[in-house]
Amino acid sequence: MKALRAFWAWLRAVSGDDAYERYRAHHAAAHADCSPLDRRAFFRQRQEEAWSRVKRCC
Amino acid sequence: MTKLARWLAWAAVGALGAFAFGGIALARGEPIDAWWLIAAAVCVYAIGYRLYGAWVATRVLLVDDRPTPATRIDDGRDFVPTNRWVVFGHHFAAIAGPGPLVGPTLAAQFGYLPGTLWILIGAVLGGCIQDMVILFCSTRRDGRSLGQMARDELGPIGGAAALVGTLMILVILISVLGLVIVNAMKHSPWATATVVATIPIAVLVGLYMRGIRPGRVLEGSAIGVALLLLAVWGGGRIDHHPTLRTWFDHGPLPIAYAIMVYGFAAAVLPVWLLLAPRDYLSTFMKLGTIALLAVAILWLNPVLHMPSVTQFVDGTGPIFAGKVFPFVFITIACGAISGFHALVSSGTTPKLLTDERDVHMIGYGSMMLESFVALMALIAACVLEPGVYFAINTAPGVVGEGAQAVATISSWGFPVALDQMQELAREMGEATLFGRTGGAPSLAVGMASIFSSAFGQGLLAVWYHFAIMFEAIFILTTLDAGTRVGRFMLQDFLGNFVPALGRTSWYPSVLLCSGVFVAAWGYFLYIGVIDPAGGVNILWPLFGIANQILAGIALCVGTAILVKTGRERYFWVTGLPLAWLTAVTSTAAWQKVTSDDPRLGFFAGANDLAVKLASGVLPPEKAAVAPQLIFNMRLDGWLTLLFAALLWLILADTARVCLRHLRTGAGVAVEGRA
Repeated sequence: MKALRAFWAWLRAVSGDDAYERYRAHHAAAHADCSPLDRRAFFRQRQEEAWSRVKRCC
Repeated sequence: MTKLARWLAWAAVGALGAFAFGGIALARGEPIDAWWLIAAAVCVYAIGYRLYGAWVATRVLLVDDRPTPATRIDDGRDFVPTNRWVVFGHHFAAIAGPGPLVGPTLAAQFGYLPGTLWILIGAVLGGCIQDMVILFCSTRRDGRSLGQMARDELGPIGGAAALVGTLMILVILISVLGLVIVNAMKHSPWATATVVATIPIAVLVGLYMRGIRPGRVLEGSAIGVALLLLAVWGGGRIDHHPTLRTWFDHGPLPIAYAIMVYGFAAAVLPVWLLLAPRDYLSTFMKLGTIALLAVAILWLNPVLHMPSVTQFVDGTGPIFAGKVFPFVFITIACGAISGFHALVSSGTTPKLLTDERDVHMIGYGSMMLESFVALMALIAACVLEPGVYFAINTAPGVVGEGAQAVATISSWGFPVALDQMQELAREMGEATLFGRTGGAPSLAVGMASIFSSAFGQGLLAVWYHFAIMFEAIFILTTLDAGTRVGRFMLQDFLGNFVPALGRTSWYPSVLLCSGVFVAAWGYFLYIGVIDPAGGVNILWPLFGIANQILAGIALCVGTAILVKTGRERYFWVTGLPLAWLTAVTSTAAWQKVTSDDPRLGFFAGANDLAVKLASGVLPPEKAAVAPQLIFNMRLDGWLTLLFAALLWLILADTARVCLRHLRTGAGVAVEGRA
């Protein structure tokens, strides 16, 4: 059960499924003075950034 | 006591590895099974990882517990301290592309032994070391890219060489991968319908993740994967429908044009619509299918029907020309050592590392896993009857059609019959399997026979098209992501001369640069399609040379850094693979340029064709395309010379930088922040 939960956490992290939660946690810790992006805006911005550099190989 | 136990365990690993290698080497005439290769591989990997890799990390690179860029900068965007297993997953998904599946399949024409030895030894001493050293260097330099490190450590020439090398390899890579899927889809309504369906499925997933459930990646991917499996089944239904099947039954040229339009669209459309969702799907399909293949091979332990070494080591191979040295080392690039990995190992991955000591596991370990994928592809190719393997992978321009092809291939000592090929094609749900060059279809036949033996007979055609879909979806991912990156690199480069073109969101520049880049790879794809010899014979070696030269550039940067940071005693860690790659690529380039054999030498091939054209011995359909082929072979010859010149230029530059450093006793360059 524990191993299954760890696998699920790994899968969410590696696929980017939990990216927004991690962003909110980071934001709360580091930039508490300004309001964070909402879920939709965050993913829009994140995807544009990710695909402007070498991300996939031969 | 524990020390003794550990020593004994490693001695046992060594003995088992030696035994497996002995079994492989001594098996003459009688076929061996896959477990021999897997046992040898696992022992080589264990020793390479635990002994050599760990030694390089701790004694040469001197990894320590200093803060990494991710922990120091931690901006929540690029620099994010991430769990090592998550980084491992990211890194492996990024480096594992179609290359390690196609290269070993083609190299199986030499038999299983040359490819296996190179995949194992090349990875452990070359590829893994390259990936780990570049990952380490980039981590110590705040995640700088390979191009930036080349500029910093070697100077402007090194930087420019890295940029040109990267752009060229992208062009050749995309064209050859495009050719591979054209050959899988031509006149195959089932394959074409399934691959076409992946595009609306990706768009649907994109819309879901954008509008309905923003950012729910796993949900969206699960829906997408289910739809993809449905598409494999649906393709079969379309294939059996008399009118619908004609909509998807096309010759190679229209499919090639469609792929160019697709690449252009992927480069200019917003990423969320097509590129990003397709990548999620392809990553899941890729990892899932590779795991499935590993399980099936381990469970089934198939017999390899291919001889250990074939007569084609003498350079007369029908799939590509050239002797086993240097061409097995060119044909298998990804899986043994791949320069492209240096681009992923610098830039993205180093910004996620929480602990510098993880470069061993992530850099060295990921490449080891990729090498294992290459070995499985080789096994899947060698499981086929050699006659069948050659019938699928040899172009009609080389062995003729149908009965003629079967007769020629059987005369090589690899018996195959016409009705055997027809029966196989019928089982796979195809009209014909003759001349489906490029490696993907024969890999799919191999995978289908392994899967159906392991998971139930009778579904051969479905497994075959599942394998084709699996290969096509991540070939298309490399193709569209590569086109987009190429567009950005071109914009960046042209922005030096015309600043407006450097603005990545300015639409005229986006359209222009995307168009130019697609035209560049589209040209090579077009020539590959019209070439009666199949195109793979020309394009794959060119890709291999380009990829190995990029690896040479990366190893030059690594060697220069070792020397400049006081590790000159250990310069051979990167210097030896560099010397080997230099020998391999220079010999290959020399033969491709100067050989008198029209199949091997580009200029000889062009002249041979020109003479035949002038004397009027060519049949009309060949004469029509001959002028373009002649021009292309000359262009490829010059391109090969350019690649080789690039490598020697950067080698000289590296030698200059290293010698100057040693002579002036400039001391030890401080590296990163301690």
